[in-house]
Amino acid sequence: MASPPNAESRPAGGGPWGLALRQLRRNRVAVGSLVLFVLIVAFVIAAPLWANQVAHTGPNATHTLEKIEVGGKQRDVVSPDGTPIGPQWLGADGRFFLGADGRLGRDEMVRLMYGGRTSLFVSLAAALITTVLAVALGLLAGYFRGWTDAVVSRLLDIVWAFPVLLLGIALGTALAVGGLQIGPLSISSGSIWIPILIIGFVYTPYMARPIRGEVLALREKEFVEAAVAQGAGPLRVMAGELLPNLSSTIIVFFTLNIANNMLLESALSFLGAGVQPPNSSWGTMISSGIELIYSDPLLTIIPGTMILLTVLSLNVFGDGLRDALDPKSRVRLEAHAGRFEPEEEPA
Amino acid sequence: MGRFAVRRLLAMLLVLFAISIVVFLIFNVIPNSDPAQRLAGKNATPQLVASISEEWGFEEPLPVQYWTMMKKVFSGDLISYNSRQNVDEQIAEGIPATFSLCIGAALIWLSFGILFGYLSAVKAGRATDRVLTVLALVGISMPVFWLAAIFLYYLTFEVELFPSGGYVPLSEDPLGWAYHLVLPWLTLAIIFVGFYSRVLRSNMLDAMDEDYVRTARAKGLSERRVRIRHVLRNSLIPIVTLFGLDFGAVLGGGAILTEAIFNLQGVGQYAAESIKNLDLPPIMAVTLFGAFFIVLFNALVDIAYAWLDPRIRLEESAR
Amino acid sequence: MSEPLLAVRDLRVGFVTEGGLLQAVDGVSFDLVPGEVLAIVGESGAGKSVTAQTIPGLTRSPNARIEGSARLRGEELLEASEAELRRVRGDRIAMVFQDPMTSLNPVYRVGDQIVEAIRAHRERVGEEEARRLAVEMLDSVGIPQPERRADAYPHELSGGMRQRAMIAMALALDPDVLIADEPTTALDVTIQAQILELLRRLNRERDLAIVLITHDLAVVAEIADRVLVMYAGRVVEEGTLDEIFYDPQHPYTWGLLGSLTRLDRERPERLPQIRGAPPSLLDLPAGCSFAPRCPHAFGRCTELPGLKARPGEASGHRDRCWLGPEEKRGRRELDGRIGLEEPA
Repeated sequence: MASPPNAESRPAGGGPWGLALRQLRRNRVAVGSLVLFVLIVAFVIAAPLWANQVAHTGPNATHTLEKIEVGGKQRDVVSPDGTPIGPQWLGADGRFFLGADGRLGRDEMVRLMYGGRTSLFVSLAAALITTVLAVALGLLAGYFRGWTDAVVSRLLDIVWAFPVLLLGIALGTALAVGGLQIGPLSISSGSIWIPILIIGFVYTPYMARPIRGEVLALREKEFVEAAVAQGAGPLRVMAGELLPNLSSTIIVFFTLNIANNMLLESALSFLGAGVQPPNSSWGTMISSGIELIYSDPLLTIIPGTMILLTVLSLNVFGDGLRDALDPKSRVRLEAHAGRFEPEEEPA
Repeated sequence: MGRFAVRRLLAMLLVLFAISIVVFLIFNVIPNSDPAQRLAGKNATPQLVASISEEWGFEEPLPVQYWTMMKKVFSGDLISYNSRQNVDEQIAEGIPATFSLCIGAALIWLSFGILFGYLSAVKAGRATDRVLTVLALVGISMPVFWLAAIFLYYLTFEVELFPSGGYVPLSEDPLGWAYHLVLPWLTLAIIFVGFYSRVLRSNMLDAMDEDYVRTARAKGLSERRVRIRHVLRNSLIPIVTLFGLDFGAVLGGGAILTEAIFNLQGVGQYAAESIKNLDLPPIMAVTLFGAFFIVLFNALVDIAYAWLDPRIRLEESAR
Repeated sequence: MSEPLLAVRDLRVGFVTEGGLLQAVDGVSFDLVPGEVLAIVGESGAGKSVTAQTIPGLTRSPNARIEGSARLRGEELLEASEAELRRVRGDRIAMVFQDPMTSLNPVYRVGDQIVEAIRAHRERVGEEEARRLAVEMLDSVGIPQPERRADAYPHELSGGMRQRAMIAMALALDPDVLIADEPTTALDVTIQAQILELLRRLNRERDLAIVLITHDLAVVAEIADRVLVMYAGRVVEEGTLDEIFYDPQHPYTWGLLGSLTRLDRERPERLPQIRGAPPSLLDLPAGCSFAPRCPHAFGRCTELPGLKARPGEASGHRDRCWLGPEEKRGRRELDGRIGLEEPA
């Protein structure tokens, strides 16, 4: 029916963002996991604070031959047979809160916090790189199609053909000796930017392809035709019409990408193809911890649990975000709760 | 159908060629150091570096270098200067363990993933679904090597339920073979079970909204029949493609970590040790073979997909 | 008068949503006798499909509120268990939907889908015999080379063929009632005519009662015996085909008729349409729901009119409008044809 929209029949409550925000707020689990993630970030940001005020030590400072006072008694940080001291919690005023990490006697808690900074920084930075590249490539390929699309898509396919870890390992080891040089830009082999660039690069196709797909669908819509008819150039159309419509997809992917990056970074660092010494991350901590797995399992379990919690919180929040931004999934869940459960029917 | 298969395999060859170029670029061109030095590894002497440089043709133009590299890898002539072993032989020795690990894990995650996904979809929104969803989310958020380490500590050390590692060839001792693989299988499978159950659940919930499901109900079919023959059948199709990709990814990735921790002496562990020593020739070969295998496998999966979904066959042959 | 095959009384269907209770169907009643074709016509969102799909219980869900009664040969369907409904569906009440491309499962052959329907209800029928029946059905709906077509996948058939196949599948078990929900909307006009012709033939040959849902009055004119005009979940007028087309009593019906373009008249300057849009079902105005768009609305329209026949006239021809019979006769024509003028 070609009739003007009835003002009374417009749904209450603002546009899609307002609706999504309300939906999200009601999803307590998603909000809870966002809070968890924020707490973790706060935890790692507080690293210098803890290191200076409480533990009075740095992440790489060794205390092999020292003793600390616990409950009035003097105890070896690392006992003569090489056993590191276990978690002291608040027993030594916060020093060696989680114990010492092996023969070197470093403060595990401090290392955990600083390692987390590295892990999170790498993951976030890589996610930004992936997002920028993926959006750019997706827009170009999807909007211009033709040769541009053919070239971009083939390039994406080739990168995509490699399993993520394998490609990361290949790049990581190749660049670990000697670093990277692209034109005037030179990055040394121990720099933290190597794993960042590698991870950012490796995940690009996973985001670029869906975005390209959405751009292909969007460009057929009338508002794009209208903009073009009004004389808008490609840049204006991409930035003004396409990008806003992609924003919810981008945000969801970005969130989930950070989670994937954390897992990839820790795997690469664990193997030795990611973060290089002297930098340390949760992945490298597990790598050194696993050598002592039988004598001191906590050194492996604790950093791994931090990774798990961070990734989990991002995954759950990302899920909630996706549900909130995609009206179809909401309706589906309501309408189908119990739909497959008629009375006397066995499963 | 035959034409589709042929075309798919031809496309695959092109991709393989492109991959080999990428590997070449990664190892010999992009890094900012002397390639001969890199290959020589840790025990590099100037003579070694010089002889490598000549053997690999690093003074020659790039296309020649590429050709030399490909020849070396595929003619079984590749040697690790670090360990002085033939790379291709080492890889061949590790294949049984790696395949045992991956195939076993794949069967487990596929069956449980589908089972849990189906249950989740059928009881959507209720307690079963919520519990399974939580488990799935935790599963996909776990670092594989962390889970492996936990299994290792608690199930082989604290409680000596399983052997702490090593691989027993199937031909030697089937029971021992399986016994040593249980924990590695579980480690790998748990990650993917979570993922697959969520994907299937999502596909099934989407399928439930489809018109043909409404028609099936309108025909008076039993709920079970509707669920399985209509909803599940159509929802499984994308899972096939996904499985193809993931099996490849596991073979070329997740397996590496699990093998290393459980000491399975497979290709992945060989790669992991090479990484630690920054020994490039093995990594180069593993990357190349790994990617090749995956591309081949994906082409096969695509062909299987066309067989499962009649619409694809028609589209493809009409092009 | 023979007992109605299908007797629907005061059917109400509401859906609980975030925004409140959405009353999709609000008190619909009708009878269907064997061999009769009843058309339910109205705009999108008027509640036609919901009415049709509620009868075999296809709208049941946790957030649906279904009230009223729907009796098939005396057997109450709305209260029936899923098991009971499954016996009725396909066997005694069959449905054909709007889009045959999406309504048929793309991964199964057409013949197999018909066989599935047959064997679900006739356990003693073997695979081969069911297949023979399926091919027979395909033939009876006018599909050429039915043997071959039975082995085809849905996407291998043209739109018209697919819809015929759907009809074949629906009638394979010789049901009493066929509910066709916009069966021609997704098809070309020429194919549309063929499908309607097919339905008419089946109606005659098998004494098949049909409930036809459509928004297109031209379709109604082709095939219907009786017509139900729905608006915003309620029946606003009902009567025989002739009564509706030649003696319509409700302004909405006038609007629908007026918006039909006709070859035998001069082309109007502007395509006539009914001003405004249907109301949101979450927020219905009190009283007559068409009043906001009706140029003839007056004070009394704030009170909901009942569905009544005019005294002395056919009792089956009822409408929901406060205007008196004289006023209606006077106002329903614009320039010699039935139509609805725009509100002042």
